[in-house]
Amino acid sequence: MSTAVAAPEVKPAEGLFSKKNRKLITDPLNDNNPITVQVLGICSALAITVKVQNAVVMSLSVLAVVVVGNMVISALRNLIPGRIRIIAQLVIAAGLVTLVDIVLKAYVYDVSKQVGVYVGLIITNCILMGRYEAFAMGNKVWPSALDGLGNSLGYAWILLAVGVVREVTGNGSVMGVRLIPESWYAVNGGAYFNNNMMILPPMALVLVGIIIWVQRSRNTKLIEQ
Amino acid sequence: MAFDKNSNSFTFIFATVLVVVVGSLLAVTFLALKPAYDENVRREKMQNILASMKVKVERDAAPEKYKELVGEAFLLDAQGMRVEAGNNDPVTGVAFALDVLKQYKDWKAGVVKAEDMHFPVYTATIDGKQLYVLPVVGTGLWGPIWGYLSVEADGRTIYGATFDHKGETPGLGAEIATPFFYEQFPGKTITGDDGSYAGIHVYKGGSQTTDPHGVDGISGGTITSQGVDEMLMRLLATYDLYLKSTIAPPTAEVITTVPDALLADTLAIDSSITSQSVQP
Repeated sequence: MSTAVAAPEVKPAEGLFSKKNRKLITDPLNDNNPITVQVLGICSALAITVKVQNAVVMSLSVLAVVVVGNMVISALRNLIPGRIRIIAQLVIAAGLVTLVDIVLKAYVYDVSKQVGVYVGLIITNCILMGRYEAFAMGNKVWPSALDGLGNSLGYAWILLAVGVVREVTGNGSVMGVRLIPESWYAVNGGAYFNNNMMILPPMALVLVGIIIWVQRSRNTKLIEQ
Repeated sequence: MAFDKNSNSFTFIFATVLVVVVGSLLAVTFLALKPAYDENVRREKMQNILASMKVKVERDAAPEKYKELVGEAFLLDAQGMRVEAGNNDPVTGVAFALDVLKQYKDWKAGVVKAEDMHFPVYTATIDGKQLYVLPVVGTGLWGPIWGYLSVEADGRTIYGATFDHKGETPGLGAEIATPFFYEQFPGKTITGDDGSYAGIHVYKGGSQTTDPHGVDGISGGTITSQGVDEMLMRLLATYDLYLKSTIAPPTAEVITTVPDALLADTLAIDSSITSQSVQP
C-alpha cells in the first residue's frame, strides 16, 4: 500500500474546469448518455414523462441524489471497506432518496403524489449505483460531483424532451400552460383531439427509441460494429 | 495507515456509524418537515370533501372554503346512530380527526370489531342546499381506495362524488379518480322508491342508463370497480340508517311499520321531483 501512495502524484494543480473535468459534464449529455447510450434508468423515464413538471421534479431529484451521493462516497472512498462497499453505497443512496422524498412531500405535495413511487425507486435506478461504483469510488470529490452533474443532466434532457412531446401531444399544454386553445377541441366545436395514446407509457419507449435513432444517425461512433 | 480498513472490526464499526448517521439524519429531517406534510394531508382532505360537493378549489385555498361551507362534522356508530360525544367542529372535531383508512385496515386485520367502528358525516350548506358528505374507504387492486359522496337533503340522492386511490393502475383502475367515472354519480339514489336500501352498484359491462342505483365500471379495471362497488354497498348501508332517521325520525322504537310507510311516501314524491330536475 505504501508504494502506491508514494507514486508520483505531484502533478500541477488541475483547474476546476480543465478540459478533462469539462468532459465529465459534456460526455454524458451525448456520447455516453445514461439513457440513450447506456440504456439505464429507463423505468422512471417511461413512467413519469406524461407531464413536463413531473419530469423536472424527477430530474432534480435524481440530480440531487447522484451529485450529493457521488460527493459523499468519493469523500469516504478511502474509508469504505471493500467487502461492504455496495451495501454502504446503497445505504447512502437510500438515505438521500428518502430525504428527497420527505422534502417533496412537505413542499411540493401534488407533484410528490404524481411521482411518489418513482422517487422511492430512484434507489434502484442503475444510474446511481453505476456512478457510485464506477466513478465516485475511484475519484476525488470535485470530479465526482461533476460526473454526477453530467450524468443527471444527460438523464434530465432526455426526460424533458420526452415530457414536452408527450404533454403537448397528449394534453395540449406544457408545464400546465395551454398551447392548444380550448376552442379547437371537439367538445367546444373544434376538430382537435388530444392523442390519448401519448400519455400511455409505451409511447415514452417509442420516443426514447426515436431519440436513440436520431442520435446514432448523427453520431456514428455510437454504432456498434 | 494506522488501521486496516478491511479488518472485521473496522467493517463493523464503519457499518454501524454509517447507519446511525444516515438514520439520525433522516429522523431529524422527518420530524422537522412533518408539520408541513401533515398540513398538506389535512388540506387535501378538505379539498376532497369540497370536491365531492362539486366545489373545486386549490389545495391552499381549501381550508378557507371548507370553513365557510362545512357546518359540522360528527360520528355515527355502526348502527347509524349519531354519537353525541365530543367536539363537532368540522376542523378540530373528532370526526375530521378520525383516520377512516386506518380504522378500515384495523377492521380488516381484526383489531377493531365492526360494531366498534365509527363513521364520520360532514354537513354542509351550499347555495342554500343542505348536503351530507360521507367518506367511504375500501380496497382496490393494489391498495386502498377511498372517496367522498355528498347526499342531498332528501337523504337518498347523490349530489356529487370524488374518488382517489393509493396506487391503482394508471389508465385502468386509476380512472376512478377521473371525471368520466365520478360524474356518473350525481342524481343516483341510494334507496329505492319504497325506501328500501339499494346502494350504488358498479357494473362491469355498463349499467342500464335508467338504473338509479348503478354506474358503469371501468374497462380493464374490473378489480378496482369491484372494490368501489363493495366499498359503496358496505358503507352506504350504514349511512342509509342514519339518513333515513334524520329525514323521518322514528317517533317510538316500538312502531316501525308506520314511519317506514310514511317515509316511503315522502321519498316517492321527492324522487319524482328530483328525477325531473336532475335528468333533463
